[in-house]
Amino acid sequence: MKILLLSLLLITSIFANDFESATQELVNSSTKEKFKIIEQLSLTHSQDKRLILLFDALLKSKLFYKKSDQTLVFLLKKDEDDYYTKTVLSSQVLEVMNKSDFKKVRTTNRLRSVIRNKLSELNLILGDDTARMDAAKNISNNLNEDSLLLIERALLKEKDADIISILEENKLIISAKYGTGKVQEDAIISLSDSLSQVSLQVLQEIQEGSDEKLQSLAKESIAYIKEGRSFYSYVEKAFFGLSLGSILLLAALGLSITFGVMKVINMAHGELIMLGAYTTFTVQQIFPNMIEYSLLISIPVAFVVSGIVGILIERFVIRHLYSRPLETLLATFGISLILQQIVRSVYSPLNQVVKTPEWMSGALEINSALSLTYSRLYIIVFAIMVFLTVLFVLKKTSLGLKVRAVTQNRPMAQAMGIRTGLIDAITFGLGSGLAGVAGVALSQLTNVGPNLGQAYIVDSFMVVVFGGVGNLWGTFIGAMTIGELNKFLEPSVGAILTKVLVLVMIILFIQKKPRGLFPQKGRDAQD
Amino acid sequence: MEKRIPLLLKIFEEDKAGKYLFSLIFALVAYVAFSNLLLPADSFFHMSTLTVTLLGKYLAFALLALALDLVWGYIGILSLGHGAFFSLGAYAMGMYLMRQIGDRGVYGNPELPDFMVFMDLKELPWFWYGFDNIFITIFMVALIPSILAFVFGWLAFRSRVTGVYLSIITQAMTYALMLAFFRNDMGLGGNNGLTDFKDIIGFSLQADGTRVSLLILSFLALLGGYLISRFIVKSKLGRICVAIRDTELRTRFLGYRVEQYKLFIFVVSAILAGIAGALYVPQVGIINPDRFSPLFSIEIVIWVAIGGRGTLYGAIIGAFVVNFASTYFTSALPEVWLYALGALFVVSTLYLPKGIIGIAEKIDFKKLSKGVLK
Repeated sequence: MKILLLSLLLITSIFANDFESATQELVNSSTKEKFKIIEQLSLTHSQDKRLILLFDALLKSKLFYKKSDQTLVFLLKKDEDDYYTKTVLSSQVLEVMNKSDFKKVRTTNRLRSVIRNKLSELNLILGDDTARMDAAKNISNNLNEDSLLLIERALLKEKDADIISILEENKLIISAKYGTGKVQEDAIISLSDSLSQVSLQVLQEIQEGSDEKLQSLAKESIAYIKEGRSFYSYVEKAFFGLSLGSILLLAALGLSITFGVMKVINMAHGELIMLGAYTTFTVQQIFPNMIEYSLLISIPVAFVVSGIVGILIERFVIRHLYSRPLETLLATFGISLILQQIVRSVYSPLNQVVKTPEWMSGALEINSALSLTYSRLYIIVFAIMVFLTVLFVLKKTSLGLKVRAVTQNRPMAQAMGIRTGLIDAITFGLGSGLAGVAGVALSQLTNVGPNLGQAYIVDSFMVVVFGGVGNLWGTFIGAMTIGELNKFLEPSVGAILTKVLVLVMIILFIQKKPRGLFPQKGRDAQD
Repeated sequence: MEKRIPLLLKIFEEDKAGKYLFSLIFALVAYVAFSNLLLPADSFFHMSTLTVTLLGKYLAFALLALALDLVWGYIGILSLGHGAFFSLGAYAMGMYLMRQIGDRGVYGNPELPDFMVFMDLKELPWFWYGFDNIFITIFMVALIPSILAFVFGWLAFRSRVTGVYLSIITQAMTYALMLAFFRNDMGLGGNNGLTDFKDIIGFSLQADGTRVSLLILSFLALLGGYLISRFIVKSKLGRICVAIRDTELRTRFLGYRVEQYKLFIFVVSAILAGIAGALYVPQVGIINPDRFSPLFSIEIVIWVAIGGRGTLYGAIIGAFVVNFASTYFTSALPEVWLYALGALFVVSTLYLPKGIIGIAEKIDFKKLSKGVLK
């Protein structure tokens, strides 16, 4: 027993020594020798997690050695010429030293690509969940017969269902490409369930090959794959449409209150959106360390900022023009020019960079043909949440009741003791605040500049008029319809022409139904 | 000829303000033209060619404002898309001027304008045919805007789209056209528009004589436009229009076909706007899709509002005043101009519902002169 333990210790120590000496060899070796060393290391130490760190550092040019005693170190951080390092072998953090005390372990492009492959092989077996997932996907970029062994090895240990399915698919692709006889045929048939671009490519190669039986099998599978992919591309378009619709909904929701409910044409609405976007920018400038939470902070701040500006506009300008809707249009347009110029003077005429928090980037992968970006996903969720909140406020709260009372019959509401002037101001503030909230969302999607608002004002009006003035659900359905229409037309006629066509369609639609999709009914419907 | 002069006088007879205004403009135009051509360049009284061009541009804008006042002030259609008619007329003229360049372009292609050679087009797109002829071009300057106005108006007025809704869809119309004209595939120069013009019916656009002729032409067009508009609004038809403006429903119930009156005025106005655009292009030397932008169209509205709507001459005054201010401020205090323009919108709608004309009317001149005499 003792002997066994001893020998085990011995073996591990030999291996350990081996690792140390092999890595040490990297210092002062030629590129040619480095190829050999790396090959050797990945063969003998395929179960060693230290190798992952080493390869990773090599790839990122973070592997150095001390000139004095040739100790290999990882570069942790550099501050001007000060290097913070840690030894490779003993993980001992060294004191800060000057740049000139170190020399980099050099790599070439070809060497890096070898290392990259080796690293992904190592990751496939030893990495954590995300590393294994990435490695599994990476295999498909570099498929050869040898990968089959690797995949088999990985499959033995793998527990995660998603990774298994990717590996299985890659296995099928390899079998389809390099296999023979029954194995190859089965693989080709099974690939019909796949949706990925790689399997499609491989099948197309087979289809162009000489074997007639394989050709027909491949053709069938290709048809399946294409059908699946086109289905998912429809789903994707619908998703894009929904996200565009949500943006329009956010932009138009405030307008649907000020224009739809109060009958005030606020041409400065776009600029209130812009203020929201600039609020986000400012919040990020004030708290540069809290980018992750900046959007959550910005939402209430933007609501208040735009809301207050809106109330000021209502108090000082719109109040005097309630009986003259067309004049309101002109006056608020003037305000929009002033707001734009203020932003130009305070910030700059150039676009500002609003940072995107970590949790907004990336995509939710449904399968290899469909992935939904988180930013769009969150916009949809956010838009619907805002919409439901507004619906709740207007339909279920006493404030909403008063708002509706004032808009339906002002003198009667006044007679019942409602302070109509106050309600006007609050309603307008609510609509303006919503524009600010929309601005926060838009800051993540478009350039934040003084002209941001102008781009959305025509669209927002179209949504409100299309949906039916004074009808929140109309605005919702209008926004989604226009969003979907845009995204489904875009691939065939191009982005700009789509916008033109959609505008023309809405103009024609308004001719047919001048009061929109869901016209107001009842006595107060006439203007 | 002899018969016409009394008619002209007759139209001006009850229109003191118009008479004075046009006398003033005539004096201005005559002086600028005379001093530019005949006085030596170093004379104190000499007017530079730049001034000639500037005045010509103001006159074109005044005609545009007049066109808008006709629809807004007399039949109550607040069009936020009149820039579209203006630009269409301008593009038609621009196409003619492009064809006149001939082989003097950078690429020296006798048939194709530079941007088409650049876009690798082999032959002229169909809609460019005929624009090498000035008469066809003049016809098109009137026809293209009027077709758009007719189709748009016919659809809109027939389905009784009124008030704010109409304003918004006119804005959408010009916005859509702007997006369309920004496309290079449109075959009209994309976002660079049409420019680098050389000459017009054989005369160089750089020559002072051509510039002055264009100035005088613009003046005549403005005068003509004013007389036609005045004639329309003083006729029986004009009174029905005012009735429609004030109470559309009642007029309809009295048996008038409201949409036909609206359509007529809208089309006439679009033609005037198109002509204004056609006069604008050779003097300014460029037309690009920016003129389709909703901002420009709303600016036209503000000219009319500042001047005083529903008077015709007010629109002309407004166009002159605002554009003069714009020229002055954009060179002297560029930062301030947008603030000033914005404030103009707000102040004029809040405190000057009748514009500059309104202030003038409030001052009782008779009382004033009596007071002075005392």
